[in-house]
Amino acid sequence: MKFLEYQVKERFRAAGIPVPDGRLAKTPDEAALAAGALGPIAVKAQVPVGGRGKAGGIKLAKTAADAKRVAGEILGMTIKGYTVKEIWCETAQDITRELYLGLTLDRDARKPVLILSAQGGMEIEEVAETHPEAIAKLHPDPWRGPLPFEVRDLIFRAGLGPLQAQLTPLVGKLYALARTYDAITIEINPLALTQDGGLVAADGKLEIDENAMFRHKDLHGADESDEDPLEAEARRRKLTYVRLDGSIGVIGNGAGLVMNTLDLVQREGGRAANFLDVGGGAKAEVVHSALELLAGDPHVEGILINIFGGITRGDEVAHGIIDASRDLNLKLPLVVRMTGTREEEGRQLLREAGITPEATATGAARKIVELARAGDR
Amino acid sequence: MSILLSKESRVLVQGLTGREGSFHAEQMKVYGTNIVAGVSPGKGGSTLLGIPIFDTVVDARRETGADVSGIFVPAPFAADAIMEAAAAGVGLIVCITEGIPLYDMVRARAFVADAGVKLIGPNCPGLVTAGQAKVGIIPNHINREGSVGIVSRSGTLTYEVIQGLSQAGVGQTTSVGIGGDPILGLSFKEVLQLFKDDPATRAVVMIGEIGGSDEEAAADEVISTGFGKPVIGFISGRTAPPGKRMGHAGAIISGNTGTAASKLKALTQAGAQVCETIEEVVAAAAAAVGQPSSTVPR
Repeated sequence: MKFLEYQVKERFRAAGIPVPDGRLAKTPDEAALAAGALGPIAVKAQVPVGGRGKAGGIKLAKTAADAKRVAGEILGMTIKGYTVKEIWCETAQDITRELYLGLTLDRDARKPVLILSAQGGMEIEEVAETHPEAIAKLHPDPWRGPLPFEVRDLIFRAGLGPLQAQLTPLVGKLYALARTYDAITIEINPLALTQDGGLVAADGKLEIDENAMFRHKDLHGADESDEDPLEAEARRRKLTYVRLDGSIGVIGNGAGLVMNTLDLVQREGGRAANFLDVGGGAKAEVVHSALELLAGDPHVEGILINIFGGITRGDEVAHGIIDASRDLNLKLPLVVRMTGTREEEGRQLLREAGITPEATATGAARKIVELARAGDR
Repeated sequence: MSILLSKESRVLVQGLTGREGSFHAEQMKVYGTNIVAGVSPGKGGSTLLGIPIFDTVVDARRETGADVSGIFVPAPFAADAIMEAAAAGVGLIVCITEGIPLYDMVRARAFVADAGVKLIGPNCPGLVTAGQAKVGIIPNHINREGSVGIVSRSGTLTYEVIQGLSQAGVGQTTSVGIGGDPILGLSFKEVLQLFKDDPATRAVVMIGEIGGSDEEAAADEVISTGFGKPVIGFISGRTAPPGKRMGHAGAIISGNTGTAASKLKALTQAGAQVCETIEEVVAAAAAAVGQPSSTVPR
């Protein structure tokens, strides 16, 4: 689950991490009121994606009239598929230096990692690539967390020694927040050094581990329903789906197998329209739902189903395919490759319904690409 | 010979009385696995599938001498189950459970490392030593005894490879699914090292996928440093666009590390034979152990 900037900043403030004063606005008039109360403000689009500044979603306003005008421009904008419905209006900061402070999980080290850099801001990813030495890292022990002396060492390594008195407690607070919220990413970028020598979180990101959501049922994050409507529909159907840019709809079980199926489609000269993993032990209804989703995608010119049953049973999958084809009156080419548990029962059911299963994944990929192409002509 | 698991292994199942646990424990028994105990807190003293149930892993260890544990405990309790097994002195822990919170796993991972215990998974299909024993959910009928070792991050793709090899008459020593989560126990490196030292394993198939850099580490640190056996490599997700999450928490590409290209390059440079399809993997493995490739179905 992702959070919007203002939601993250509320949590920063509650944890004692300094943030600029701000107000949420949903109309240009509310933005004007905010500027009236706060003085010069930054008007910031609230969408759960990066790159807002470059997309024109962040603007400065000196007066209430300015605020009303820029709010009118930003509200209703579309940024990477998200319509801007809310704007965060906060006191403009007199920034002398932009730092970066964040935490994520380092899969290679199998530990969380705190990251600090004296070169924060929009180009942090470029810095990480071109000047890795400008990025200091600390892997805290997951049981005791970062100790103050370890944090000081991190700060000195980042070349931020003069700020260690202010930074040390801030790093501790960020780590505590990460733990509280099961954050797979928590980030202050930029962490702004202001004219008066203070540190303030000028922007914030927080993403919670989906696996840990059972511990955070009361939390409400960003509304992600504005993204791709098919992805949103897939989420409602509890399907693991990713939209891609091709024309062959792909359904399979297991992430590795589905990714391999995408690779096979491309190898045979086609392009997959999506990644869709029905997971282990999929019942007929799940397969039905998956087919229905793909059949509703106008980009899809043919559907390939690739199932290796471990826990998943071939007959269940076959029932789902047959029922969906009938209920949806499916006209698209459909190719099925099915093996594993109850493969014979499943194949027999398919044959009886007039669907000839393919023997291999490669053969199935070849066939669906051919059929989709024939449909084009 | 084999690695990690044999018919002598004394296996306990944590979560045996649950729906998944009982179904798969039965399959494991059918395969010939020596299941000596189940653990379900509060159900100690009962029996299921003819297997005695204990309240704690310590009790189960004391009474049965179990030395391997398969975990089918629901995600919110699975990290604790892993640590319970490690604290009780179980030597090999296989955690099938998927969806364990990542902070729970980083702690469990550190705990297991301190205890000096081997962990496979989580979010993995487990392992099979062909013809001897199985801990996990790999379908029984696809395995065949032989001399190829398999190590893989994906579940169903592991089944594909095992079945492909078996149908081509190429058997396996041990097939290990190390799991698709970001925070894992044994990595490619460690499993490859075990295969290197196993005289029965004559060639190894390694099935990687995009995300992380365990494949690169295995290539640079194990395969390229006198591995002494043919390694056949395969990476899924070659055509996945960067920045997209493909379901597995693990299958995320970030920056230049973790891409299929980087993994394929590392494997090739280390001297592994890199294949583009499972059919090619099967043919290459058959050739590596001296099977006529004509037996490989196309």
